[in-house]
Amino acid sequence: MGEHRNATREFVCIRCPLGCNITVDMEDGKIREITGNTCPRGADYVTKELTDPRRTVTSLVRIEGGELPVAPVKTAADIPKDKIGDCIKALKGIRLAAPVRIGDVAAENVCGTGVDVVVTANVGKG
Amino acid sequence: MEKDLVIIGGGPAGLAAAIAAREAGVEDLLVLERDSRLGGILNQCIHNGFGLHTFKEELTGPEYAGRYIEKVLEQKIPYKLNTMVIDLEAEESRKKVTVMNREEGLYQIEARAVILAMGCRERARGALNIPGYRPAGIYSAGTAQRYVNMEGRMPGKEIVILGSGDIGLIMARRMTLEGAKVKLVAELQPYSGGLKRNIVQCLDDFGIPLKLSHTVVDIKGKERVESVTVARVDENLKPVPGSEEEIPCDTLLLSCGLLPENELSETLGVKMNPVTGGPEVDESLETSREGVFACGNVLHVHDLVDYVSQEAAQAGKNAAAYLSGSRSGQGRGIPIRAVQGVRYTVPSSVDVSRMEETQVVRFRVGNVFRNAAIEVSCGGKILKSQKKQILAPGEMEQVILKRAELEQIEDPEEITVSVRAESRGRD
Repeated sequence: MGEHRNATREFVCIRCPLGCNITVDMEDGKIREITGNTCPRGADYVTKELTDPRRTVTSLVRIEGGELPVAPVKTAADIPKDKIGDCIKALKGIRLAAPVRIGDVAAENVCGTGVDVVVTANVGKG
Repeated sequence: MEKDLVIIGGGPAGLAAAIAAREAGVEDLLVLERDSRLGGILNQCIHNGFGLHTFKEELTGPEYAGRYIEKVLEQKIPYKLNTMVIDLEAEESRKKVTVMNREEGLYQIEARAVILAMGCRERARGALNIPGYRPAGIYSAGTAQRYVNMEGRMPGKEIVILGSGDIGLIMARRMTLEGAKVKLVAELQPYSGGLKRNIVQCLDDFGIPLKLSHTVVDIKGKERVESVTVARVDENLKPVPGSEEEIPCDTLLLSCGLLPENELSETLGVKMNPVTGGPEVDESLETSREGVFACGNVLHVHDLVDYVSQEAAQAGKNAAAYLSGSRSGQGRGIPIRAVQGVRYTVPSSVDVSRMEETQVVRFRVGNVFRNAAIEVSCGGKILKSQKKQILAPGEMEQVILKRAELEQIEDPEEITVSVRAESRGRD
């Protein structure tokens, strides 16, 4: 967050359909003031987004000898947002042999996040 | 072939309906699916966010479908894949389902009850009237989603997306992650039709611009898309001359709304609702044809699959009651009218003698309302006034009717569902 140490940052809260436009004033890299949120969940959301933004990543891995050429996968838990790109890259090289089943581990501890990538569909032999 | 119950469609609606019907005692049933696997559109929705209401966890589409498919297998519910229903007729209370597949050819199934669960399809370019050539590179967002997520192929490298429906937003992220450059999402309306969460996590996270009140006015390229021209639209959604901007790209994705797929329902002659594009149904989710029920996106397009499953389970249960002859009541429905800001309701009538203790009524509003209230009235009495900080066309709403309350009203003529607005604004 180096470039935002004294910045004003804008967010759209996604915790409910209201979608509050929330403004955060930063001072020395710390949150000074949060405005625009209707409820405490908004403050909670932007704090998380500023300190530890995380996302569940979903993508594909290649399947050999399957009824489909690919199988969908997801990170079993959310991972830091700035690792999304690396995670996607890591998945590009993976090839699994059919059959695969929901829950099979496609990659352990992806990009050192401590989170496994797991298969999310059953793909039988082709 | 004769069956007690035929369910047309093996997507989330058909699966949940089949499981509920079996649990309610229907032994002789059959699910017909035209694709090569059960699960319907969920199979290509590999992103997460499904099932929060039903399973209290965030599943991906295939995982959500997987839970229902497992139950179907467990309960040994018969189904046929790669099987297309091509005609549906009714003679008195017998329904004739004409089906076709490669193994058995063309044949008829006589069914005592039918559940329509065919889902919906995307609005295509032809329905959008975009001028220009007809080059390769124009896809509906859902078609692109199938290519990428199930067939492992990329439809293009430089993408413009028209329409900010959820599938378009999801595909903007998906194509970006797969290495394409999504240059713009253009939305005709002054607000997005997609969920806020998707705008933030699919566009903002990747710096993809969203232009509201913009549309595609021209497509260039003879063999392949070479560019699209985008223009701002005025309040009447007409392009503003001089605001055109040409964007080089090789692919245009269309995410401009979903339409219930009701050719079969129309063949059968069930009464349709012009607003939803789906059949009119009563509290049992029964159409105007006796013993024909409808649920899921063929009835009205949902935002959340959880509600599809709930609705479909209701249809399955009601079809079972119809088949066993255990339905009570005289079948006289009180019409539910959508007025003042409410576009439609499902169901569109309710029979107090037949309804369960409570009845969910789902609906959509026609505009963005802030600090509003949803009001339900009957016989000059306000039954319910539910405050809402925000109501938006992109979010399906619901109210719950109570039988005990309706029973107290003498000769009710109609129930109305309306929005009482304190302020109206566009998002």
